Amino acid sequence: MQTGTATGDIVMTRMLALARRAAGLLLAAPLAALAAGGGMALDRAPVRENDVASLQRGAAVFANYCLNCHSASFMRYNRLRDLGLTDEQIRDNLIFTGAKVSDHMNVAMDRKDSAEWFGAAPPDLTLVGRSRSSPQGSGTDWVYTYLRTFYRDPARPTGWNNLLFPNVAMPHVLWQLSGENELVTEEFKSRAEAEAALRRSGRPGRVDEAISVGKDGKETARYQLLTLKAGAGAMSALEYDTMVADLANYLGYMAEPTRLERRELGVWVLIFLGVLFIFAYLLKKEYWKDVH
Amino acid sequence: MNGKLSALLGWVDDRFPLSQLWNDHLAKYYAPKNFNVWYFFGSLAILVLVNQIVTGIFLTMNYKPDAALAFASVEYIMRDVPGGWIIRYMHSTGASAFFIVVYLHMFRALLYGSYRQPRELVWIFGMLIYLCLMAEAFFGYLLPWGQMSFWGAQVIVNLFEAVPLVGPALSVWIRGDYVISDATLNRFFAFHVIAIPLVLLGLVAAHIMALHEVGSNNPDGVEIKKHKDAEGRPLDGIPFHPYYTVKDIAGAVVFLFVFALVIFFMPEGGGYFLEYNNFIPADPLKTPPHIAPVWYFTPFYSMLRAVPPLFNSQFPGVVVMGAAVMILFLLPWLDRSPVKSIRYKGPYFKIALAVFVVSFVLLGYLGVQPTNVWGQAGAWLGGVERATAAARLFTVLYFLFFLLMPWYTRIDKCKPEPQRVTS
Repeated sequence: MQTGTATGDIVMTRMLALARRAAGLLLAAPLAALAAGGGMALDRAPVRENDVASLQRGAAVFANYCLNCHSASFMRYNRLRDLGLTDEQIRDNLIFTGAKVSDHMNVAMDRKDSAEWFGAAPPDLTLVGRSRSSPQGSGTDWVYTYLRTFYRDPARPTGWNNLLFPNVAMPHVLWQLSGENELVTEEFKSRAEAEAALRRSGRPGRVDEAISVGKDGKETARYQLLTLKAGAGAMSALEYDTMVADLANYLGYMAEPTRLERRELGVWVLIFLGVLFIFAYLLKKEYWKDVH
Repeated sequence: MNGKLSALLGWVDDRFPLSQLWNDHLAKYYAPKNFNVWYFFGSLAILVLVNQIVTGIFLTMNYKPDAALAFASVEYIMRDVPGGWIIRYMHSTGASAFFIVVYLHMFRALLYGSYRQPRELVWIFGMLIYLCLMAEAFFGYLLPWGQMSFWGAQVIVNLFEAVPLVGPALSVWIRGDYVISDATLNRFFAFHVIAIPLVLLGLVAAHIMALHEVGSNNPDGVEIKKHKDAEGRPLDGIPFHPYYTVKDIAGAVVFLFVFALVIFFMPEGGGYFLEYNNFIPADPLKTPPHIAPVWYFTPFYSMLRAVPPLFNSQFPGVVVMGAAVMILFLLPWLDRSPVKSIRYKGPYFKIALAVFVVSFVLLGYLGVQPTNVWGQAGAWLGGVERATAAARLFTVLYFLFFLLMPWYTRIDKCKPEPQRVTS
């Protein structure tokens, strides 16, 4: 049932994202200009921040696939009580090292070693859900897009490359689940045509500008649309997207565990201030009656 | 008041001017009765100052001014300290709120000529507060030790390197090292929590004392002290307490509503109050692709970028940026208008002020954007960056507002001032 709901959410959110993108093009011309300068549009992660089941699944994916190389060194395991888990559940299902539930989520891998192996030490992921936020979308959207845009690239030392994060040092850890995506390149004469084709495809993609110099020395701009052809993996595309969405949701939570509490408290604070204003205003009016 | 309490008050008053202070600054301080919405921002600035000091004290209890620990200690406050996140957001949002409130407070002075004779010292103390505020914000921004903290400080301290001859030595002296490091963090912490706040509090006291000596200006820009009743009270004045205390309380609640809206629903302020990059720990080996200062510095940062280097030195840009702030000190002597308030000033001043505000806001906008934000002008113009060209124009207009002021305010067609305040 959980998967069913999430699937509906994905379809719905994609439609919303399309509509939003269309509106955004008209409203946010400066931002579009910025995005055109080399960025790539982000897919909205089809998640709800208060979906505890999704966050629990995301925590499991994080502990199983990410926490071997990436630390979350500001996050304590037992903070996951926020997600309705008990200390025993956390210890039995999510801790694969000798760590205590009150410990931070550290990794044993030496940063010097990993820098040598991958070319860069895997960054700490505690705050990735916030640090990757931008005018284009939230950090959750970024993670959701990033983990769905890996493709095979024999030219890279790891054999993998990424559309959103070109030449990233990280290999595609989830490839057995997603399958091996292939890069598809199409050429267009104008950026508008390339972007229209990208929108039609409904897939994540990027438009690059390439200048070709003709025999007469004249420069012509060509626009390359880069999209991915999905490979076959252990999961269907929808299952994989749902899993990545859960993981992205979890990373958003981990970046600011208090975010739900913050908004809940905020509503009460605003109600209190609203009522206080009525009294403050009446008091002012009463005192100012005799000022003419 | 019952007998015992008034006896106690008498005892204190014989030894300390408590009642006198209360009367001089609140109960018998006569303020014009026609203050409008622009007059809320002075008391709001005090409110934000108190907020910054109180939340700052609590943050200091868990913050560690150590390059190896600082970033983690901020996250510790956000996660493990009970209520820590709310204190931290109050402080980080408070920094931006302080500048919003102070910019509006200063704009009020421009509107109604509050800097004019006899309030020159009120204005100068206010400007010194503004300088302290900038220093306070700059030092404080390094403390979370994120990427923007580090690289922002790097850029600003490097500005001093552009000073001819002594520059390099000067920047090393400021940093206490050849790069931004633990030594820099420690001294910035000292400045942020002790040195600057002490000066700031002293200046706020001086600002208020000077104001209460000469009396408040008002939207009509006429002196209420010219028309007094038989007991020497200004006819158009009302005691600050209780009239303006109750009014300011209502204003403060409205402000707190907006403040809470940010704290609880958008503490990052869209990346302007807390920059997203600052959630990555400082890394001296990894320069971020786009280093933007926090929004309140961007008008001046834009000017710095707009001024072309001279003999391979950025020094002219640094001078222009400094001059843009310092020229505000001269305002009381640049304005030669026969009237104070914009209500009675002529069209020249109104146009000049509008151009100034548009220039300042657009410079601020350009300062948060990369210089290629508006693209390039056509090849026949040499493909110059449009944003840079615009920033140059706005910088010139910013300065012309001040430099031409003695001229356009003198020849302006002003309306006659009323004798008394209008309601």
